[in-house]
Amino acid sequence: MSERPTLHLRDRTVKALKDDQMRQAVRKAVDRLSGNKDKAARELPNWEDWREQTKLIRQHTVNHLDYYLKLLTDNVRKAGGKVYFAPGPEDARQIITGLCKQYGAKKIVKSKSMVTEEIHLNKALEAAGMDVIESDLAEYILQLAGETPSHIIVPAIHKNRQQIAELFSKAAGEKVEPDTPALTAFARKVLRNKFMTADVGITGCNFAVAETGSITLVTNEGNARLTTALPRVVISVMGMERVIPTFEDLEAVLSMLPRNATGQKLTSYVSVINGPRKPDDIDGCEKFHLVIVDNGRSRMLADEEFRQALHCIRCGACFNVCPVYRQIGGHAYGSVYGGPIGSVITPMLEGDLEFWGELSYASTLCAACTTACPAKIPLQDLLFKLRQRRVSAGHTQAFEKFAFGMWKRFFKLPSTYKFAMKAASLGQKPLVNNGYITAKLPLLANWTNSRYMRAAADTTFRDEWKKRKK
Amino acid sequence: MKASIFITCICDSMFPQVGQAMVRVLEKLGVTLDFPPDQTCCGQPALSSGYWEYARPVAETMLAAFRDSKYVVAPAGSCITAVKEYYPLLFADNPEQYRQAKELSAKIYEFSEFVVRILNKQDVGARFPHRVTYHSSCHARRFLNTDKYVQLLLSNVKEIDFVPLPHEEACCGFGGTFSVKLPEISEAMVDEKARNILETKADVLVGVDLSCLMNIDGRLKKQKSDIRVMHVAELLDEGLRT
Repeated sequence: MSERPTLHLRDRTVKALKDDQMRQAVRKAVDRLSGNKDKAARELPNWEDWREQTKLIRQHTVNHLDYYLKLLTDNVRKAGGKVYFAPGPEDARQIITGLCKQYGAKKIVKSKSMVTEEIHLNKALEAAGMDVIESDLAEYILQLAGETPSHIIVPAIHKNRQQIAELFSKAAGEKVEPDTPALTAFARKVLRNKFMTADVGITGCNFAVAETGSITLVTNEGNARLTTALPRVVISVMGMERVIPTFEDLEAVLSMLPRNATGQKLTSYVSVINGPRKPDDIDGCEKFHLVIVDNGRSRMLADEEFRQALHCIRCGACFNVCPVYRQIGGHAYGSVYGGPIGSVITPMLEGDLEFWGELSYASTLCAACTTACPAKIPLQDLLFKLRQRRVSAGHTQAFEKFAFGMWKRFFKLPSTYKFAMKAASLGQKPLVNNGYITAKLPLLANWTNSRYMRAAADTTFRDEWKKRKK
Repeated sequence: MKASIFITCICDSMFPQVGQAMVRVLEKLGVTLDFPPDQTCCGQPALSSGYWEYARPVAETMLAAFRDSKYVVAPAGSCITAVKEYYPLLFADNPEQYRQAKELSAKIYEFSEFVVRILNKQDVGARFPHRVTYHSSCHARRFLNTDKYVQLLLSNVKEIDFVPLPHEEACCGFGGTFSVKLPEISEAMVDEKARNILETKADVLVGVDLSCLMNIDGRLKKQKSDIRVMHVAELLDEGLRT
């Protein structure tokens, strides 16, 4: 289970909204990313066909996940690798720390992986006395800052260059200039040494190709390639839905992942690892292990409505278009996965509608996410359904329930509806000023703190209509 | 041509003048309108907040009120989206009501779509010599796909000085109960919307959804801006009368 934040959703958002630097960095980045994505979408003919194809590939795979996981497992083993299945985070941590201990690992280098965030792997490895370093530039920045990713593709999206330079300067013990070449040169120097001396490389997995047992990793920095080529032992960790059937499918989803994530046609590096080094290979690891993590995914798989959230290809496009994410960034969600997809999957992965189900309200249901999703996951519908499930399960606020109860009583009949409208129109009289209610009154303050409230008219449309017909 | 008005509760109580403008424009275009008196609200406030059991009896008023209508026209994309997108879910377990919901979905139209697609009118003959910008409401844009009809109608208004709104597709931050459940984010969103609107130096903001317009107008008024916020029916009506 994820650690729960101490603050409730609204308090988390209030805190985030005060962080002007973060909000500015996020706005700037998401505008750039979604702008690039739109451009990439326009350049590719039949964008909607590509989305449909992605959906069909993912749908087919998820619907037959048992078959493809078996095929993947068989083929990884055939290629000389070992496969483990971890039902929960604790199991995954034990398997991975156990392997590292078994190889006597002191130094571990990691390439970017959200599933290892999910299982809080770094803490476990460090607790076992190992030195862990993140090799993705953004993850390295966050490691220095002691923070978690606030975006699944751009983990340090909330940080600006100045902040990064400060972190690097502290780590270097000397001033590192806040310009891109200086910053990357510093990270490169530190990381190269770590790659060369690491005992174990740990990676995530963008897609696992079942027909060959291959783990595919996409990066722009080449760090996944070094993580898998230099250390003697490689452990790849994947969420159990990250599988696809064939290389032909890989071509399709790899055409969509970078375009939707950053607007790139292809990432700078696509690394495909197929078990440990073979006798005539010039590089590669000696031992390869694949850890497949469930962590609530089976629960989603069994759920007819939410199964489709497993179609996600983790491109982050829904974050980049979400008007709520744009304002609050990723940390306010409080979960490992933020943004619209995080609000959908977190309550499901955690099996917790009461606390995590609150995330379903972190949306205006504007459906920008649904429109952006390359796998056509109806994120907005799923958020909508989560709310219904949460209310049905009885996780409601007394006042809200009372208010909707009253609303139903009055609005289910035309006669009582008319009475309510008349009562509102008369009752508001002392508060109305020029057609608006402006006072910050207790029940209205959540609205009137930031907006005037349009007053109800003296005569409703229906009353006017009646008069006119007479 | 006969059509029924679905006024929506917001328009009925807070913006009756928008309903009247819609009536004038449609009647001028030769539509004979009626107002089924048993309508109340589409049920969306409860529906999108998760209170489906409370929304259902209210949504049933819609199924009953418009049973005999040939066409239904409304000044609100969001309420129509509730009918088209959510009613099939809400009534999934009752085949008779599900069928009625599907029937209603097939004959209910947002005002601008009704004018362009059903009345086949792209130019209503309006003249509106003002600087105008347009907020594209989420549900009308992403579910009803009616932006193109509004754009067509506006592009044929004489002497209009139309200026595109930066980030026109961004949600205004209303989102029904979202605006009071998470009011701080809602404020940040509507504030960005208002800033984008002010930047266009438009005299008028036009839209097709009264809930969004109520939200944006409330923010602009609080900021003492004198930008007029109008429904597209009001703009066309005024343009037909001057």
